[in-house]
Amino acid sequence: MRYRGKAWKLGDHIDTDVIIPARYLVTTDPQELARHCFEDLDPTLHEQIQPGDIVVAGENFGQGSSREHAPIAIQALGVRCVLAKSFARIFYRNSFNIGLPLLECPEAVDGTETGDELEVDLAAGTIHNLTKGQLYHAHAIPPFMLRLLQVGGLINYVREQLQAGRGVQGL
Amino acid sequence: MGMTITEKILAAHAGVDRVRPGELVECEVDFLFANDITAPLAIREFEKLRVEKVFDRNKVALVPDHYAPNKDIRAAEQCMILRAFAREQEIPWYYEIGRMGVAHVLLAEEGLVVPGDLFVGADSHTVNHGALGAFATGVGSTDLAAAMATGRLWFKVPESMRFEFVGELKPWVTGKDLILWIIGRIGVDGARYRAMEFTGPALAQLSMDQRFTLTNMAVEAGAKNGIMNPDEVTLEWVRPRAKRPWKVYRSDPDAEYASNTVIDCSHLEPVVAMHPSPGNVVPVWEARHIEIDQAFIGTCTNGRIEDLRLAARVLEGQTVHPHVRLIIIPATPRIYRQALEEGLIKIFLDAGAAVGTPGCGPCIGGHMGVLGEGERCISTSSRNFIGRMGHPKSEAYLSSPAVAAASAVLGRIAHPDEVVKRVAVGR
Repeated sequence: MRYRGKAWKLGDHIDTDVIIPARYLVTTDPQELARHCFEDLDPTLHEQIQPGDIVVAGENFGQGSSREHAPIAIQALGVRCVLAKSFARIFYRNSFNIGLPLLECPEAVDGTETGDELEVDLAAGTIHNLTKGQLYHAHAIPPFMLRLLQVGGLINYVREQLQAGRGVQGL
Repeated sequence: MGMTITEKILAAHAGVDRVRPGELVECEVDFLFANDITAPLAIREFEKLRVEKVFDRNKVALVPDHYAPNKDIRAAEQCMILRAFAREQEIPWYYEIGRMGVAHVLLAEEGLVVPGDLFVGADSHTVNHGALGAFATGVGSTDLAAAMATGRLWFKVPESMRFEFVGELKPWVTGKDLILWIIGRIGVDGARYRAMEFTGPALAQLSMDQRFTLTNMAVEAGAKNGIMNPDEVTLEWVRPRAKRPWKVYRSDPDAEYASNTVIDCSHLEPVVAMHPSPGNVVPVWEARHIEIDQAFIGTCTNGRIEDLRLAARVLEGQTVHPHVRLIIIPATPRIYRQALEEGLIKIFLDAGAAVGTPGCGPCIGGHMGVLGEGERCISTSSRNFIGRMGHPKSEAYLSSPAVAAASAVLGRIAHPDEVVKRVAVGR
């Protein structure tokens, strides 16, 4: 699981209300949600972010509501990975549950600017800033979360467990 | 080494003797719910699992509280998904408008969540129910779908932070002021991934209505759950309501905490969280220059009967400022009826307030009081992020019902003392 893309740098405490405002929560369509992603932060951002790009943010990314529409909107923009100093907990679960990888690495965030070319290796936990020629090591993704990414999210994982007759989520 | 109440509930539901912070455990879920925003996604994901029935139809609630009564055609269609699923699955705890209230207030009032429960909801303010001595946490729609199918969910055992309230509360200082004060001090990620355990002699004097406000906003400090050890006040509240047997867990005296904070309430003043973060907390006295266009009293944070009594005490015989729209929404039909019987609704109408039907109202900027560009609202809700209550250039300020009511009268953020003489609250 290696991704290469352009970085979009955001600040600290980006909340779910600016990721996807509640006034648009009358749909579950990912493409429609993506058209309003980050709207109250910068109404043009959703057009500028290209498939394959990487969102880079500060502390506590995704704070606030439990709306899964937030990681769904980011994923539907084509964002491959979100790199932040830290994540809010519900957003963290939701992202892995839908197969959107998150990496925590404060040093890489500090060393990255919008427009930098990043190469991310999820399994190795490395972030290579190709523009600046810097290599960073992120906090390792817990094995269970990596497993969720490998199978494409929690629903596929639970389905596998149910089919295997385990009946439960089989941690 | 002993365990905290959070650790004890997680251990019991994981079927083990003890758990330690950082451990991943799989737990049985006692009860779960989703609303009209999160359930449509959860139901779609549930259907992908190709499980015919939910794990236990008596342990699932669906509450269309966000955009019901339907605000538009698309909101109507989302509510239709809940209604159809509830009928197909024969779920008894679907609440149609007229019986529907803000889920967090409603489900506690209905006795569907009881002490010792492991309760998850596809709504971040599910942490509300920790005041009952339950482990209650918000999850996303996919987690909820998995739990609806299997009755189980994985959790990382959180470290606990202990907040001990001592001293006498000053007049007009409420549960809202206590929790805002803490968030202002530790920050919006000060309890990230952790349990916030509230305790102490000053807390023991607070009513359940005040306590729910405290645990309700634990998520605004980033917490996984807010929790309190049940005492006689809790059990008196639970006894007439509980629909299931309950179990009381309490933290051991030698339980281990990530931090211990003692808060002397006698120093605290009513506070306001300034736009655009619940962490921008200042004493009301420092925010009196802020003129407002709207005041909103209600929500899962502050739409309970005691909140309405407090607002009425400020509004009695007063008139809402001519430049201000005051919106008051009782959280549930039962609270609405009680407010009517106690004469509170008449006080609100006499003052010039608009009283709305139970639900989340304008808290998330979708209907029933959306803000336009440049408008300012003081609100008893829990969040004031950019665009939360309407236009991205509108502003929201968070406070107790007493401060919101006083502000509605004076047209600017105001201390209740500026409107009425001092009273003691919450005992």
